[in-house]
Amino acid sequence: MERGGRVVLRLPAFAAPRGQVTAVIGPNGSGKSTLLAALQLLIKPRRGVLTLDGAPMRDDPLGTRRRTASVFQEALLLSMSVRRNVETALGLHKVPRGERRDRAMRWLQRLGVDGLADRHARELSGGEAQRVSLARAFALEPSLLLLDEPFSALDAPTRTTLIDDFAAIVRETGVTTVLVTHDREEALRLADHVALLIGGTLRQSGPPETVFSAPADPEVAAFVGVENVWPGALRGQAQGVATYAVPGGDVDVVIDGAAAPAALVCVRPEQITLDLPDHDGPPTSARNRLPGRVAAIEPAGALVRLRLALADEGVMVATLTRPSLEALELEVGSALVASFKASAAHAIPHQGASG
Amino acid sequence: MEFLWDGLREAVKLWLSGDPEIIEITLRTLGISIVATTVSLLVGVPIGAALALKSFPGRRPVVALVNTGMGMPPVVVGLVVALILWRSGPLGALELIYTPSAMVLAQFLIAVPLVIGFSMASVQQINPRLLDQIVSLGASRPQFLWLIVREARLGLLAALMAGFGAVISEVGAALMVGGNIAGETRVLTTATALETSRGNFEVAIALGVVLLVLAYVVNLIFTGVQQQRRPA
Repeated sequence: MERGGRVVLRLPAFAAPRGQVTAVIGPNGSGKSTLLAALQLLIKPRRGVLTLDGAPMRDDPLGTRRRTASVFQEALLLSMSVRRNVETALGLHKVPRGERRDRAMRWLQRLGVDGLADRHARELSGGEAQRVSLARAFALEPSLLLLDEPFSALDAPTRTTLIDDFAAIVRETGVTTVLVTHDREEALRLADHVALLIGGTLRQSGPPETVFSAPADPEVAAFVGVENVWPGALRGQAQGVATYAVPGGDVDVVIDGAAAPAALVCVRPEQITLDLPDHDGPPTSARNRLPGRVAAIEPAGALVRLRLALADEGVMVATLTRPSLEALELEVGSALVASFKASAAHAIPHQGASG
Repeated sequence: MEFLWDGLREAVKLWLSGDPEIIEITLRTLGISIVATTVSLLVGVPIGAALALKSFPGRRPVVALVNTGMGMPPVVVGLVVALILWRSGPLGALELIYTPSAMVLAQFLIAVPLVIGFSMASVQQINPRLLDQIVSLGASRPQFLWLIVREARLGLLAALMAGFGAVISEVGAALMVGGNIAGETRVLTTATALETSRGNFEVAIALGVVLLVLAYVVNLIFTGVQQQRRPA
């Protein structure tokens, strides 16, 4: 796929499973919006075929567009009343005149904006306008729903409630959806399936839990928020658990098949529990316990992010809640023990790693 | 100053008497201007929209040509149309010179660059993402153009007012290709010029005021449409 003469996306294959929400995620410039624009038939791939239910989409562009519905980052409404915006779209999709009004009102109501039906589209707030855009898209009852960062321009409270409503409707209708987003939380919340693009190539796809906890490579790990990525050398393996030596100590990792001799060991910061060294609380199932010291404490939204210095110049990032921070009376320099389960760690086979 | 008041008094008398000649000239003026403006809209709006939406080699010189046309002296248009329609000219066989049709043609040529220019500007102001959204909603080409025109309607009404304003107030070309023939091609502007040159100031004032009132009323109607309250 090219834009401005430059190849921005190379996809050998990409499929959005029917009846599911596929989130296309990736950093800026990863090609995710280009992918969506191609599905919207707004740009033409240089090579390859796009199909909808088995039929090439570009054979009948108008017919294809009338089976899809798009919502963009900004609500793009026509300069007319809210209800007429929906009715006009239904008209373009050849919905009989007599049905348009009821259908428009039904979807406006479903999105909670039926009270604004007679208002002019230009008089709405950002959140209201985006609800109208979504109502218009759902009212078209498309075979394929294409969403380009539809929640990213909204303020946080508006966004949260709209995402909740959207999630409920999308489950209820079972419409096949492709959602482009750079927001990981949004993908986790809404997607059945995640496709991660970086630098114009598909790096990983699968269920969100897999992509987010078992990244395929270090760049994917960095994007999905796996902040601990340590080079590890295999020490041994038994019963589906491999032991890798990483800077800071030995770590047990649950593996699938044979363990690679060298790997990058990944752990999400929120999977790590912190305790004081002399802690004698209830025993935990965490197999991995690494001693360290607090090197830095940084606020991270509702949580606090701790940078820990481990043995052998190892570094670990962990998050914990403010009450936990206060209960443990942690400050820079405090000694502690970081623990996590073998199942919370993931090993990416890696040639360059050495221990 | 005396003759100015006399003129005004005389003008009021003329209107009140319902002078048939004034009524006839007024109706002809309206007719020619409306036809010329309508044709210039039918031709100019699609061209303006196309210039706004499409990029093609040579677009820039075409846009420059339109911008020049917007300021073109009507006398030059009159000269060109007169030369073309002259009995020995390329279209002389049509025998259109000194007819209302010739005036419509000249006025169309004066109005159409204005309509194209204003249409182009108003369509260019539409958010390009909205154009993508309209396409993605499954609009066919005619539906797309209709929705674009609808979105740009405020600007297009400005195009209409500019075009109509130019043709109803124009005198040079009307005189040159119409000939100001009484009962045939005499319009308010040419009649006003004639009466002024004859020293019939009261008639000239009466005609001038009718022209002003006419232009005002028509623009009042357009403005009313343009500034219509949005649905509450």
